[in-house]
Amino acid sequence: MSYFSDIYNGIKTLLTGMSVTGGYFIRARKGSLTQQYPDNRETLKMFDRFRGEVVMPHDEHNEHYCTGCQSCEIACPNGSIEIIWDRAVDPETGKKKKKIDQHIYHMGMCTMCGLCIEACPTDAIVWAQNYENSVYDRAALTKILNQPGSVVKAGIED
Amino acid sequence: MTNQEVKNKIKTEEYFINMGPQHPAAHGVLRLLLTIDGEIIKNVEPDLGYIHRSIEKMCERDSYQQIVHLTDRMDYLSSNINNEAVCLTVEKALELEVSDRVKVIRTIISELTRLASHQLWWGVMGMDLGALTTYFYAFRDREMINDIFEETCGARLTMNYNIPGGLMFDIHPNFVQRTKDFITHFKTKLPEYDRLLTGNVIFEKRTKGVGILTKEDAISFGVSGPVARGSGFASDVRKHHPYSAYDRVDFKEILFTEGDTYSRYQVRMAEMWESMSIIEQLIDNIPEGAIQETTKAVIKLPKGEFYQRVETARGELGVYINSDGNKNPYRVKFRSPGFSNLSVLNHISKGVKIADLVATMASFDFVIPDIDR
Amino acid sequence: MNLLIMNIPLNITGTIHDWINSIMPQTAANITEWVLIAVAYLALFAVAGLYLVLLERKVAAWFQLRLGPNRVGPWGLFQTMADALKLVSKELTSNDRIDKFLYNLAPYFVIVTSLTAMAVFPYSEQFQGFDINIGVFFLFAISSIGVIGILVAGWSSNNKFALIGAMRSGLQTISYELSVGLSILTMVLLSGSLQLSEIVEVQRTGGWLIWQGHIPAIIAFMIFMIAGTAETNRAPFDLVEAESELGAGFHTEYSGMKFAYFFLAEFINMFIIASIAVVLFFGAWLSPFGITEGITWFPEVLWFLIKVLLIIFLMMWFRWTFPRLRVDQLLTLEWKYLLPLNLVNLLLMAIVIWLNWTI
Repeated sequence: MSYFSDIYNGIKTLLTGMSVTGGYFIRARKGSLTQQYPDNRETLKMFDRFRGEVVMPHDEHNEHYCTGCQSCEIACPNGSIEIIWDRAVDPETGKKKKKIDQHIYHMGMCTMCGLCIEACPTDAIVWAQNYENSVYDRAALTKILNQPGSVVKAGIED
Repeated sequence: MTNQEVKNKIKTEEYFINMGPQHPAAHGVLRLLLTIDGEIIKNVEPDLGYIHRSIEKMCERDSYQQIVHLTDRMDYLSSNINNEAVCLTVEKALELEVSDRVKVIRTIISELTRLASHQLWWGVMGMDLGALTTYFYAFRDREMINDIFEETCGARLTMNYNIPGGLMFDIHPNFVQRTKDFITHFKTKLPEYDRLLTGNVIFEKRTKGVGILTKEDAISFGVSGPVARGSGFASDVRKHHPYSAYDRVDFKEILFTEGDTYSRYQVRMAEMWESMSIIEQLIDNIPEGAIQETTKAVIKLPKGEFYQRVETARGELGVYINSDGNKNPYRVKFRSPGFSNLSVLNHISKGVKIADLVATMASFDFVIPDIDR
Repeated sequence: MNLLIMNIPLNITGTIHDWINSIMPQTAANITEWVLIAVAYLALFAVAGLYLVLLERKVAAWFQLRLGPNRVGPWGLFQTMADALKLVSKELTSNDRIDKFLYNLAPYFVIVTSLTAMAVFPYSEQFQGFDINIGVFFLFAISSIGVIGILVAGWSSNNKFALIGAMRSGLQTISYELSVGLSILTMVLLSGSLQLSEIVEVQRTGGWLIWQGHIPAIIAFMIFMIAGTAETNRAPFDLVEAESELGAGFHTEYSGMKFAYFFLAEFINMFIIASIAVVLFFGAWLSPFGITEGITWFPEVLWFLIKVLLIIFLMMWFRWTFPRLRVDQLLTLEWKYLLPLNLVNLLLMAIVIWLNWTI
């Protein structure tokens, strides 16, 4: 007799499974999760803390906050940050101080671990939320973070 | 003619098949050399190393804060738990006591990671057995966990949120509400998963009595995690060697005794319910406190060997650090759960069919970067 | 709206027949007619194959909470045409150790059997390609030839995975043919004739056969659906082409147009199984309760297609819900469950007819 009860139970479980997928089929219009990507760029916003790319924000006078302390370069595990610096005479105090020439960021090697941003004492580098970083030439992934002609904001190391 | 006489008269030969490193819908780059006679498997030999990236060697040149981000990429589905393991080892060596807030948040995030890993496992198990829609349902729910992580930690897969001494930054204000919404949503979905796959007669026939692992074999091969608990070996590190906030929550250790694929499946489904209950107990009363303990900028561990074990979604992960007083460790070794679990595959696969091997591997839940490191 | 207004007897086949006979002598006219019919069926084959693929992709997407192809053409209607163009332009690669003659011959087996089987269905009262008096038997015999194509493809590919897949498919098909045949036989018992247009006549006067032979017919329908799904190597019986186990099964070594042949033939087989079910159980081109009775060919073909599409949807629903069966479980299902049930059902149907308990 278990022959027939096997058949009956089997068919019952199969129909239960079909009811689950059938339910999704009927609600397919409202429930679909597809985001039609290139068409929805305006409404697609990442969260604030999303780790897209490391950038150095500049304010309206073209000043950045990087003092050249090299904390980020030391903190980076695989050498994605290189800082080219120089000692120059600070006009206000007359002493020699570090000044950065170029803050090079190899985005191709970066693992987005965030240690550089945590290490920076002046919040010179922050996370940006852009996710479209693909390029045709790998050399374009090596970015120089400080814009040409920018200077460090005065008095930032206090 | 009896069955044996027929077998003796017809001469068959065994042949070798590569379930190769490139395989559609398999678990990663694992090469299995199968010796098959017709449809019955005679021998399984795993061939590893296709994704070896020398993580342990790289740890020898990095400082202690920097080795955390490498462990993200070992078992990428429980990346938070791997990070936590290394941080706990370093804190144990420095004898640093983190605040309650850090412990509770670490536990909540670990359980969320475990849930996400088990959701992906469920989707992939259905897909390996042929029910192709389970993958999409699992990922829909997993997206909600990914959103929680993205809002708080900033990344969806390789979080790197724990540091030796605490957390990198505080949780987002929306964290608690989002987690509660997710738990309410997921509690309605798990019964649906059961209706779709667990009770299905085809699924039961494919998984019951297949790939039986006895308790003695589990203990002698060093198997851990849901695989061992499916065979009756009580090996949950969270219960027997509690860390972070696990000693103050109340949860059951799930044990089944049959040791076949179906019981391993049931262990993981029940673990999802237990994870949700742990999160519910902790989410409402996250104590206030410091997020980071101050450590020196350059951490140097005292000379000696330090070991800490945690329970990832796959089993017991052990972190061994041998330090000689410098700012880089002398040797770091990870006892990966997948490696020990894989060693038992040959033993339990003798005499089963190819389709059973696929079901067994799906129930073991291998992540090959964890095995190869 | 008074439907009788549309009762214009558009006797298309008659008109074309007269026109061709008027412009050429008898033999040439016959040959031209045959060529025209063949071209019509080829066109139907191609169009049906292409749009069934698109339907499968869309239906699969809606089960899986996503939208299907919707970029190429409105609602993705030109998607399979783009796929077909891509497949035609691909390089036909193969090993150097294949058995060349068999390797090139194998796709043609499946295509020819599918095309031949499509010719006997009554799409409407006037549109039936080949109405012989052993219609059902002919269908059954032709679909048995298709399995040779799969075996030959697997053997000649010189590939272990392909061989495993082909052997599995061979034993699956020959086992489930028994169940298909017995369910068809049950309905033939009820209708009293093997000729397909006769079967439709019986259903026109007495109601659809699934309603006439109540319980045995419903059981026969359920067994036919299960066995028919197994005949076409679709999930949950698709261990032949199980992606997670073996790569791609028997068509691993085929690329380009030859792969397209196998691929299309699978969908046309699905169409054929659904058409057999519709003809034998649901009254091929008849409308339910005779609402559009007497209007010419257009609503009749539409009803046929609607019913076939519903059955195809049912087969797709099976595919996207259930895991697949293992080889020995497949054989257990057939020989221990479906075959005895089928035989008992046949007996039951005979008793029902003898005691005149049909509706």
